[in-house]
Amino acid sequence: MSTEAAELLRLEGAGLARDGQWLLQDIDLSLVAGQIVSLIGPNGAGKTTLVKLVLGLLTAERGRVWRRPGLRIGYMPQRLQLNPAMPMTVNRFLALSRAPRTAIAAALAETGIAALGSSPMQDISGGETQRVLLARALLRRPQLLVLDEPAQGVDIAGQTELYELISALRDRLGCGVLMVSHDLHWVMAQTDSVVCLNQHICCHGHPAHISSDPAYLSLFGERHAHALAPYRHRHDHRHDMHGDVVNAKPQPQNAATDREQGRG
Amino acid sequence: MVDVLLYALAAGLLLALISGPLGTLVVWQRMAYYGDTLAHSALLGVALGLVLQVNVQLAVLLTCCALALALTALQRWRATTLDSLLGIFAHSGLALGLVAISLLSGRPVDLNAFLFGDLLAVDRAQLLQLAAVVAVVGALLARTWHSLVSIAAHAELAAIEGLPVARLRLLMMLLIAITVATAMKAVGVLLVTALLIVPAATAGRVGRSPEQVALGAIAAGMLAVSGGLAGAWWLDTPAGPSIVLCAAALFFATALLPAARR
Repeated sequence: MSTEAAELLRLEGAGLARDGQWLLQDIDLSLVAGQIVSLIGPNGAGKTTLVKLVLGLLTAERGRVWRRPGLRIGYMPQRLQLNPAMPMTVNRFLALSRAPRTAIAAALAETGIAALGSSPMQDISGGETQRVLLARALLRRPQLLVLDEPAQGVDIAGQTELYELISALRDRLGCGVLMVSHDLHWVMAQTDSVVCLNQHICCHGHPAHISSDPAYLSLFGERHAHALAPYRHRHDHRHDMHGDVVNAKPQPQNAATDREQGRG
Repeated sequence: MVDVLLYALAAGLLLALISGPLGTLVVWQRMAYYGDTLAHSALLGVALGLVLQVNVQLAVLLTCCALALALTALQRWRATTLDSLLGIFAHSGLALGLVAISLLSGRPVDLNAFLFGDLLAVDRAQLLQLAAVVAVVGALLARTWHSLVSIAAHAELAAIEGLPVARLRLLMMLLIAITVATAMKAVGVLLVTALLIVPAATAGRVGRSPEQVALGAIAAGMLAVSGGLAGAWWLDTPAGPSIVLCAAALFFATALLPAARR
């Protein structure tokens, strides 16, 4: 609990240009343990560039990027396109991270795909692939999870389940989360803070404030924003990966009891 | 006379040991064009070696390595235009090499040996050289294999997990350059890429793990070398093209197999 407000990563006036054009300018951003920050913005707004800046795959030309020393980042890329001539099982893909076998089994269980370990990567569905990528991010035992459109290529029901899994993981691991998302319903209902990006940060704050911010309205259109405003996402059941309703105990409760037992 | 065949066979089999796994990496990363560029420019190395009157094999090796370094630097500088750059390099290198060699009047140069290989001309000293190259490349490859597979699967994930991606990529480029320069002796500049790509693509259809594909590519390469040399010996066909033809036959044979994987 004492680390609740621990800052993991901070960008101060960060900027990046390519071919004389600014891709990102004057970015101030702070990521804190236990908080979900979602990144929204139109196509070409520089969301993926910002993600790469946070990950350290790109370096800022202006401003600075501070990371907590020894920060462990788990990254879930937008999509995985394995060469079809590169056969490997899910287990082998996860072993590329050099994590021990027990950790791999645990990550598979945590992401709800324990049965898929020996399936070829080329044979699993889009939703399952996203879970495999999430599992690989978890193998880093991340203090910060960075997710670039995690629900891409996943059907609607699977998306909801994936988002809930991410929320549950945040609760359980206490990690900070930075996520690029197009799903404004989820962004507004479930995230702690929203960053609205269009080469620079247009607006930034709690979802409730953001949705009435003029910058947000001009970027996403007033009609769309109003349609979202009364929506409160309250999920009282779960879906499996095929979209069927499963009235099992919700994931977070299971996690809580697991943790209690682990401590005792 | 049997010595000639044995040396050629030993050289071809040794070569398959490194061209198999490196070829799989080339296939996985869709770098066939890169292999072509290196191979075609190897002829430039031949010309340089003849002009400077140094060991041709060494000149080819150094030219390929220099080109690998230059291409890596170019790729980092501007990734988007690499494809057309490769095309320009590949063919201007080949053309320049051919022109330069033809200008070296007064010296009889067997261009065919460079273009299509001359495996049956391998002597004892060259075989020992080849064994040394294969030992070094093989050892480096074995040490870095796991990391190179990880980069081929997803380079950004590999970088975030702490692998020095840029350095490993450079190493892989150099290993490919060395292999191309060495394999030129066997199959010639025009067919080197085939020796890298075809056995790897064959094994990619059958293997179930990256390692199975790499080992399968070695096996397919060895079969192709043996078959090609047998053809050269008994049917008096040119060795290099016969080897590549054998590799291609294996590829189509596996394509006809009942769906092994799915």
